[in-house]
Amino acid sequence: MTTFIQDHLSDLWILATASLVAISCALVGVFLILRRQSLMGDAISHSVLLGIVLAFMLSGTRDLPVLLGGAVLIGLVTAWLSDSLHKVGNLQKDAGIGIVFTLFFAIGVILISLYAGQIDLDQECVLYGEIAFVPFDTIIWGDMENGIDLGPRAFWSIAIVFALVLASIWIAFGRLQTVSFHPSLAASLGINVLFWHYFLMTLVSLTTVASFDAVGAILVVALLVIPAASAYLLAKSLKNMLWLAALYAEVAVLTGYALAVWLDSSISASIAVCAGLLLFLTVVGLQIHKLRLQKRAVKTLA
Amino acid sequence: MQDFTLLNQPDVWELWLSFWRFEDINALWVLMGSLLLGMGAAVIGSFAFLRKRSLIGDALAHAALPGVMTAFLLFHSRDPWIMFSGALASSFIGFFIIDWLPKHTKIKPDAALAITLSFFFALGLMLLSYIQGLEVENKSGLDKILFGQAAAMTQDDIRLLAYVTVFILLVVTLFFHKFRLIAFNRLYAQSLGINIAFYELVLALLIVMAVVVGLQLVGVVLMAAVLLTPMAAARLWSDNLKTILLIAGLLGALSALISTQISYLAPAMPTGPWMVVSLAILFVASLLFAPQKGLLQRAWQQRRLRHKVAEENLLRTLYKLCERGDFHTRSFSLAEIQALRAMPVSRLQIHLQRLAKNGLVSHCPQGWCLTDAGFEQASLLTRRHRLWESYLNERADLTPEQIHLQAERIEHILTDEQSRQIEAELSSTQTDPHGQPIPAATAKSGDAR
Repeated sequence: MTTFIQDHLSDLWILATASLVAISCALVGVFLILRRQSLMGDAISHSVLLGIVLAFMLSGTRDLPVLLGGAVLIGLVTAWLSDSLHKVGNLQKDAGIGIVFTLFFAIGVILISLYAGQIDLDQECVLYGEIAFVPFDTIIWGDMENGIDLGPRAFWSIAIVFALVLASIWIAFGRLQTVSFHPSLAASLGINVLFWHYFLMTLVSLTTVASFDAVGAILVVALLVIPAASAYLLAKSLKNMLWLAALYAEVAVLTGYALAVWLDSSISASIAVCAGLLLFLTVVGLQIHKLRLQKRAVKTLA
Repeated sequence: MQDFTLLNQPDVWELWLSFWRFEDINALWVLMGSLLLGMGAAVIGSFAFLRKRSLIGDALAHAALPGVMTAFLLFHSRDPWIMFSGALASSFIGFFIIDWLPKHTKIKPDAALAITLSFFFALGLMLLSYIQGLEVENKSGLDKILFGQAAAMTQDDIRLLAYVTVFILLVVTLFFHKFRLIAFNRLYAQSLGINIAFYELVLALLIVMAVVVGLQLVGVVLMAAVLLTPMAAARLWSDNLKTILLIAGLLGALSALISTQISYLAPAMPTGPWMVVSLAILFVASLLFAPQKGLLQRAWQQRRLRHKVAEENLLRTLYKLCERGDFHTRSFSLAEIQALRAMPVSRLQIHLQRLAKNGLVSHCPQGWCLTDAGFEQASLLTRRHRLWESYLNERADLTPEQIHLQAERIEHILTDEQSRQIEAELSSTQTDPHGQPIPAATAKSGDAR
């Protein structure tokens, strides 16, 4: 048994990291879907690239707090700027979002190509992430020679963010529920809807930046939106939906990893593809169910 | 941090010159292609914008990726037409899904867009990583369509690009009236018997085509901006759709010009991001400086209105002071004015000086005095104010306290014509509801300002 674990240690680390990434994304995504802010999730996950690059250029490190700070800042700026373009520039909401995130992402890519070689980032890793290399970048407690290997850096960053996300949902469950399902009721009850909007955007930024190492900037969108949307189709309550979304995410991780090993393709992309296929199966199942119900209704009528 | 050194190399200038001497025929081709693309994408993107589907281009561009990869897997070739057909097919499937999901399931349109976008992109990336693990020829350069690389384009690519964009522009010109009608008033178009489904399909096809040919130049990730941003900027400049489309096309072409220049001078630079950045700069410039709708112009107009209101209020205060003195004197000290209209002395001075510049007040030993023109203007304003108060009192059944505030606002914008109408409708034009006399209209009461 112990030899099995030792042989597959890196696989286990990859799976653990991917699971945490996918579940955190799915939990946050549930609120994005309910608040009809999926496109904002798309936008923030793109802009976060600029946040990471800027934070790295200004501080010269890739320490977690710095990256988290940069990403949260740029995520909030994205949300705020697209809102103000909508209000001041009299633009449609999605147009405002589109202009802001493409600009931020473009600047991020340009900076990466300008300082290629000096930043530990390239266009490839922006797209795919490097989940396959996650086990090699570990945190060591103590000195280099005989310290204790605590496991991959990416794992610990997403673990911290996962804990944050979980705690926020746990503590603010009631508020989030009211704000998501009935924003005008929430406003009339004296809940600060704007605050919770930006709170949610902060969670999205945190999750995307912690997932960045593992799955890259764009595939995060798939993990944010797709499992949550699948859960949305089936769930009857918010709690139910959160559990279902997490379940969908975990199944996608396991099947996606198997698919990637089989095809020798990118792990993160395969996970996202599997999430999509699961959604497809759900939709097909629901459609068949609907047809059956219709047929039965026709029969009873006839 | 080490600076970016490429632009400091001495031969950049020469390179640039040689570009404009058209020595490099390939660079010229790329330039032509990108200009056409910038225009075509901007024009067709405008219609997507008007249909309130600004981000459809984003989703369709991402959806093209698996098509390109599948086409390559099937034919093992990078022939532009094969790539084009593959991309077209998968973009169209994406378009269908975006349309189908919200209609048949609980999923909302924005989520459908995000789902399609991210799923197709993931599928494309998975296939790409799979291809890169295979032992096939020609596979290098496939990943260039992610961010776009003008320098990597072949003459065949550009020829295809030119055909398609010219086709797009022609179709738009041909169906312009129908497209415009559908974009602005669907119901009306339907009632005229226009086949909306057909034209929507044509429009979708054109958008997909523009997106697909743009991939090589701009890349999958940023194609959305090339469709969307020119229109967002152009609509600030005009209210006429034809003019807007023309401006959008020009802005698109301009950004294409800038980005291909940069990509030519520094071949490592991806073209797409630079195109997006130049478009964003053009957008911000339009947002600030456009006549009428620009933010600066709007701020300037608001400022002017504020000044006008403040000065007119001041004139009315002076008139009231005259009234109190039974029109014996027209000169008052600052303290007297301040007693009636509370504001800091410095601001009062500024406004008085501006009035003096217009010849409405002048300096005198006691302080300030109304000139003849100023008195005329002041009585005109007071007349409007009090007429409106009487009107509201008679017709709207409001208390005198309420009507004063209303009249404070309307006196600045009431025209002569309107005040004459009010006069005709009122039973008495002698005094206002507060019992103060309404100044008579003077012979030349034409609006002096």
